[in-house]
Amino acid sequence: MSRIAARFKQLRARGRKALIPYVTAGDPRPGVTVSLMHAMVEAGADIIELGVPFSDPMADGPVIQRASERALEHHTSLRDVLGMVRGFREQDQKTPVVLMGYLNPIEVMGYEAFAAAAAGAGVDGVLTVDIPPEEAGELLAALKRHALDAIFLLAPTTTGARIDSICRAASGFVYYVSLKGVTGASHLDLGEVETKLADIRAATDLPVGVGFGIKDAATAAAVAGLADAVVVGSALVSRVEALADRPEAIAPALAGLLAEMRKAMDER
Amino acid sequence: MESSVPTSNRETYCNQPDEQGHFGPYGGVFVAETLMAALDELRVNYEKYLKDESFLAELDADLAHYVGRPSPLYHARRWSRELGGAQIYLKREDLNHTGAHKVNNTIGQALLARRMGKTRIIAETGAGQHGVATATVAARLGLECVIYMGAVDMVRQEANVYRMRLLGAEVRAVESGSRTLKDALNEAMRDWVTNVDDTFYIIGTVAGPHPYPAMVRDFQAVIGREARQQIRQQAGRLPDALVACVGGGSNAIGLFHPFLDDEEVAIYGVEAAGDGLETGNHAAPLCAGRPGVLHGNRTYLMEDGDGQIIETHSISAGLDYPGVGPEHAWLKDCGRAQYVAATDDEALAAFHALTRIEGIIPALESSHALAHAAKLAPTLDKDRIILVNLSGRGDKDMHTVAAREGIRL
Repeated sequence: MSRIAARFKQLRARGRKALIPYVTAGDPRPGVTVSLMHAMVEAGADIIELGVPFSDPMADGPVIQRASERALEHHTSLRDVLGMVRGFREQDQKTPVVLMGYLNPIEVMGYEAFAAAAAGAGVDGVLTVDIPPEEAGELLAALKRHALDAIFLLAPTTTGARIDSICRAASGFVYYVSLKGVTGASHLDLGEVETKLADIRAATDLPVGVGFGIKDAATAAAVAGLADAVVVGSALVSRVEALADRPEAIAPALAGLLAEMRKAMDER
Repeated sequence: MESSVPTSNRETYCNQPDEQGHFGPYGGVFVAETLMAALDELRVNYEKYLKDESFLAELDADLAHYVGRPSPLYHARRWSRELGGAQIYLKREDLNHTGAHKVNNTIGQALLARRMGKTRIIAETGAGQHGVATATVAARLGLECVIYMGAVDMVRQEANVYRMRLLGAEVRAVESGSRTLKDALNEAMRDWVTNVDDTFYIIGTVAGPHPYPAMVRDFQAVIGREARQQIRQQAGRLPDALVACVGGGSNAIGLFHPFLDDEEVAIYGVEAAGDGLETGNHAAPLCAGRPGVLHGNRTYLMEDGDGQIIETHSISAGLDYPGVGPEHAWLKDCGRAQYVAATDDEALAAFHALTRIEGIIPALESSHALAHAAKLAPTLDKDRIILVNLSGRGDKDMHTVAAREGIRL
């Protein structure tokens, strides 16, 4: 069983929903990322989603775009990100780590070389934003060879037939994008989320995470009532941005928000 | 990645892309799931209306009476004589309404948008030519229009920003990344994801996810269809060579496509060599880049060793793009077209030559094609024919050319 599957099984047994924070690796500088990952686990994160910086993050809103830019000012490469995961694994062998990013850096490294290096570094899952299952055959095969889970997005506009084919290609969990738009947008419609999650659950037994638009403890708790996992990105990254000049203050700030979310999710 | 199979005995070069938008190993659909439904809706409608006689009649009428087609094919006799070799013919896309080939495509997509019931048009623009062509057709059809433009480009192309605003478009400055065309494209995609119900995204070149590369090509192929007929009427035969500049590559594919199966016609796409390919300051992914994935398709890119897209340089803002249409990538690999490059200086020399010798002021983009024609012509006999796509007029480039020569306007 993969580390991700094991984690969801364990959470389910305890009646707990997964809290999945996202930060961009190398933001605001490469040296702080590993300590942020540990601080987030300490504050109640169950799985860490680590963004791989890319020059053209087409699906991201301004907050995560700027995080990529800060990381790229320090030339944070895919190899560097794998190094950070390796560093994290020196102290934490239990918390699953999912890489989230765009295809081109993986293309340049080569699918097989990437999958081997990621598995060797201690990565558990890979979410490549801009590769739909139709184009992903060879990448999926490489990930599978190295026992890495392939995480895919589902959108409000994803039709029934596509939900089936995406869920068949996915492993670990699937990630429902809770609104039309880019990361960090507002207007989360819980009614719409509930309806769509029912369609998704009819298609798969995989755990379902919900993200895009979860800003505070209240929305986290509300989403936890519907989904198996709550993904929080821009709300955290905007705190990183605000404290970019005081990196020592970032970990406590992220931990504070996550602890509030954790508490609200567990007490709902 | 599947490998392409270039063969010399293929039956046709005109059967691309496949149903999923692949030109050999290039093209495809590489976007987030949030865009898949919109692309699917677009593909279904494009396939439907491309066979719809009333749509095609509407398009043809607009091309004739609004754009001013057919554009002339002009034999540049004095310049040909000066160069001392092949005869050069210019396909005068500069004479289209709005001054470039861009409008062929924006008319087509805007009419499609209206048929699909979309009320809001968005577009990206670099130099502003595609933005102006989009704002123009949006004005005419009474559609709301938002143009995304890099903040750096807005400063470089102030006059076009004003032109778009006069036409009623809202021009939004893009402050992310390198603040140029590629970032404007990212931002337009983000808008589309967010407003997908009422919004139609008019991409300006033969790049992006399927069906854009095929759809934009089909709207631009009017250039090559006319040119093929015109050169036969004027010279009694097909040309020996076609030459067109390649940024994203829409004017080039528009000229090339109807000639792809005429294997006796040599095809040259001319990229921007900027300060020179050896300097690294250029915008020539086919000549000096390598395959990767950007903006929804697999194609040749300008990228660093980590897969990050790098900034490009060209004196011509319209060629200043780190990718290229996937059909060009495929034509390069199968050897049907050759891709070369012209530097800023070579393009400027051709700009001045055509202006003084023929009384035609070409766009700096088109000047790259002219520069290659000027290299090619003297190597060919006087009875040979080179057909160059003069994709746009140079009025928009007055400030750039003057500044380069130390003149303030």
